[in-house]
Amino acid sequence: MANVSYVRKTMLPEKAPPVTSSGVLGWIRENLFSTPLNVILTLLSAGFAFYVLASILPWIFQSSWTAGSLGECREVIKATYGPDAHGACWAVIRERYLQLIFGFYPAELYWRPILAFVLALVALAPVLFSGLPRQMMRFSAVAPFLVPWLLWGGTFWVPLMVIAGIAVGVIAYNLLSRTVGSLAGIIAAGVLPVLWWIFVTSPLASGLQSIIPLGIEAIPSRSFGGFLLSITIGLVAITASLPIGIVLALGRQSDLLIVKTLCVGFIEFIRGVPLITLLFVASVLLNYFLPPGTDFDIIVRVMIMVTLFASAYMAEVVRGGLAALPSGQYEAADALGLDYWKSQRLIIMPQALKISIPGIVSTFISVFKDTTLVSIIGLLDPLGLSKAIRADVNWNGIVWELYGFIAFVFFIFCFSMSRYSMYLERKLQTGHR
Amino acid sequence: MTTLSDAPKESFRLSMLIYDSRYRSLTIQFVALLGFMLVVAWLVSNTLQNLEALGKPIDFGFFSEPASYDINQRLIDYNSRDSHLRASFVGLLNTLLVAVMGCALATVMGVVIGVMRLSKNWMLSRIMTVYVELFRNVPVLLWIVFFMAILIETLPPPNAFRGETPSASMWLWDSMAVTNRGIYMPEPLFSRGLGDVSFFGAFNISLELIALVVALIAGFWASGRIKARADRIQEATGDRPTTWYLRLAVVVLPFAVILILLGFHLGYPALKGFNFQGGIHMRNSLIALWLALSFYTAAFIAENVRAGILAVSGGQTEAAEALGLRPNRIMSLVVLPQALRVIIPPLISQYLNLTKNSSLAIAVGYMDITGTLGGITMNQTGRELECVLLLMLVYLIISLSISLVMNWYNKRVKLVER
Repeated sequence: MANVSYVRKTMLPEKAPPVTSSGVLGWIRENLFSTPLNVILTLLSAGFAFYVLASILPWIFQSSWTAGSLGECREVIKATYGPDAHGACWAVIRERYLQLIFGFYPAELYWRPILAFVLALVALAPVLFSGLPRQMMRFSAVAPFLVPWLLWGGTFWVPLMVIAGIAVGVIAYNLLSRTVGSLAGIIAAGVLPVLWWIFVTSPLASGLQSIIPLGIEAIPSRSFGGFLLSITIGLVAITASLPIGIVLALGRQSDLLIVKTLCVGFIEFIRGVPLITLLFVASVLLNYFLPPGTDFDIIVRVMIMVTLFASAYMAEVVRGGLAALPSGQYEAADALGLDYWKSQRLIIMPQALKISIPGIVSTFISVFKDTTLVSIIGLLDPLGLSKAIRADVNWNGIVWELYGFIAFVFFIFCFSMSRYSMYLERKLQTGHR
Repeated sequence: MTTLSDAPKESFRLSMLIYDSRYRSLTIQFVALLGFMLVVAWLVSNTLQNLEALGKPIDFGFFSEPASYDINQRLIDYNSRDSHLRASFVGLLNTLLVAVMGCALATVMGVVIGVMRLSKNWMLSRIMTVYVELFRNVPVLLWIVFFMAILIETLPPPNAFRGETPSASMWLWDSMAVTNRGIYMPEPLFSRGLGDVSFFGAFNISLELIALVVALIAGFWASGRIKARADRIQEATGDRPTTWYLRLAVVVLPFAVILILLGFHLGYPALKGFNFQGGIHMRNSLIALWLALSFYTAAFIAENVRAGILAVSGGQTEAAEALGLRPNRIMSLVVLPQALRVIIPPLISQYLNLTKNSSLAIAVGYMDITGTLGGITMNQTGRELECVLLLMLVYLIISLSISLVMNWYNKRVKLVER
C-alpha cells in the first residue's frame, strides 16, 4: 500500500454550466419560461406582437411610392402585390413632404429655414453637451437674433438694432453705477433697452435700411406651416419659458407677499385652463386687450401665449427642484455672506436645475407636442395641412399615411429629447441629490 | 459714570427705502403692485375702448336667446329652441362625462400597464415599454383624430347588419351593435317607473336612479359598519368573524329588490330603417375622444405607478415576509399604502391634464363646453370676450375642485400612513 491518497492534489478544470442555465437558452428560460404563469404571459404577448406586426408590416412595405392619386396608388399596389394587398400609399408623402415640412414657404428660399435650423442646432450644441469647446457659447448668444432674421427675413438692421438695445443697457449700467449708484444702474439697465426696443429700433432700422440697404426677402408669417411652424413655435416657447419659469418659481418661493401672490395667481390660472382657451385668447381676444389699431401677427400672438403657458409649467418644475434642496444649502449660502442673487446663481440654481432636469425636459416635450393645437385655430401646422391635403381631389380618402408620417416625425423629436434627458441625468448624477 | 440712554433714534430718510434691507422689501412689493395695477388698468382701458368702438358693451343677455343649434350627444333634454345657457350646460355635462369616463379607464389601464412593465417577463415588459413610449411621444390631438379615423374607417356601417347573410353581427348575444356611427348599447328600462323629479326646472333626474343610488350608498354604509364590528371583535378576542357573505348581501340584496320592484329590464337596440333605434347611442366622437384620452393618459399613469412601486424599498417586503404575512396581505397592507403615497400626487395632475385635454373634443366634433360655449355659441353671437372668459372660468373651477378633492384624499392617505 504505497502512496495512495484520497484527496485530489490538483484542481479539476471548471465545468461549463448546464446548457439550460447559460447563454441564450438560459436567458430565454430565465426571462420567458421560468414559471407556468410566465409561459402563458410569454405566449400571449408573443401572439399579440405577432398579430400587430403581421397587420402593420405588410401594409407599410407592400406600398406604392410613385403615383399621382390615391386610386392610381391602389391600382399599382394591386398590380404589384396581388389583388388582396392593402398597402400604404406613400406616394402622398413623396408628393407633399416639402409642404408638410415647410408649409407655404417659397420653394426657392428653403435654404433659409434649413440654415436657421442648422444654426439653431449648432447654437444648442454647447448648451446640450459640455464636452464641446466653450467658445461656441459666443455663437449661441448671437443665434437667437440670427435665426428669426433668417426665418422671417427683412432688413438685417432690425436684429442689429435689437442687439444694440442690449448694448445700450450694458453701457448705461456701467456709466450710472459708477457715477450715481448701483441701484440707478440696475434700473437704467432694465428700463432703457425696453424703451430703445419700443421707440427707437424700428424707425432707426428703417432709416439705416434706406441709407445702406442690407437685407433679404421678407416672408410673411402666413407662409409658415407644417413642421417649420411647429418647430418655430416650440423652439421659441422652449427657450423663452425656461428663464421666465425660473423667475416665476423664485417669485413663488419668495418672502415678499405681494410678489408671491402675483406669481401664484399667474401660475395657478395658467395651469388651470387648457391651452386651447389660451389660443382662443390669442386668436380672438388679444386684439381687444391691445390699444386700438394694433394688429400684429397671429403666429407671434400664438407664440406669446404658448410661451406663457409653458412658463407656468416650467415654474412648477423649477419650484419642485428648489423645494427638494435641503435647507442647509440656503443656510450655507447665507453663512458665506452671499447676497440673494449671488446665492441663487452660485449655490441654489445649479443644484435645483439639476434636480429638475427630467421635469424640464418633459415640459419641453409636452410643449412641442402641444404645438399641434394651433391647427384648431386655423394655423397650418402638419395636422392642419393634412386636412388640406385630404381635401385635394387626388388624395381624397387618404388617412393613415398622413397621420402615420406626422406621428413618426413627432415621435423622433420627442423620443430623442427624452433619451437626451436620461443621458443628462446619468451624467450629472453625483450620488446624492 | 455712564448713563444709559436709548439707542440713537435714526431719523427716517427717503433713501432708506432703497438701501435699508428692512424697508427695501416693502419698496419692491409696492413697485410690483403698482406695475401690476398699471398693466391691468391699461388692458382694461384698451378693452373698454375697443368694445366701445365696436359697439359691443359687455352683456351676458345673449345667454337667454335661443341657441338654434343641435347637440347630438347629450345627457339631459335639449333641443335647438333652448337657450345658449342650456346649450352650455349640456356642453359642461359632456365635458364632465368624458373626463370621468376617461379618468376611470386611464387609471385601470395605467395601473395594469405599469405593473406589467415591471414584470420579470422580458417580452411583456418590452411590449409595455413600446406602448408607453409610443403614446407619450406623439401628440394627444393626433391620437384623437387617429382613433376617430379608426372608428370611421374600420367598423361596419349599419346596413352591413341587414339582410339574410349580414356581413356584420351584433356583439354580446345580439345586444350591442358596434357600427361606424357609434356604439348602440342596451338601455335600462323600468316597467313600473316612479317618474322624474325636476331640479330647479332645469333638468330632470329619474326617481329610479335616485332610489338605486340611495340603496347602494346605504348598502356600502352597512357593509362598513359590519367591517368595523368585525375589526372590534378581532381587536378584543383575536378571532375575526367571517363576514364576507353578510357584507355582500347588504349591498346586493336591497339593490336587487329595488330593481325587481321597479320592473327592471333592458331595451335592446334594433335595426330600423337606415339606422339602429333604441338603446343608448354612444357616438363615435365620444368614443374616439374617450379612448384616445384614456390610452394617452394611461401611458403617463403607468410611469407614475411604476415609479411608485419602485419607490417602496425591497426591505419592506422582506420585513413583511419575516412577520409571516401572506403575499396578498403584503401587497395590500405594506406595499400598496406606501406606493399610493408616491403615486397619488402625480395621478391628480394626470386627471387634471385629462380634463383639460378633453377640450380637444372640438377636433372630432364632440360637443363639450369648448364646442358649445367656446365654439358655436361664440361664433353665432360674436361675444368673444364673454364666452372665452367664461370658458376659462369654468375650466378653472373644474381644475381647482379636482385638485381640492384629490388633495383632501391625499392628506387622508398620508394621515393614515404616518
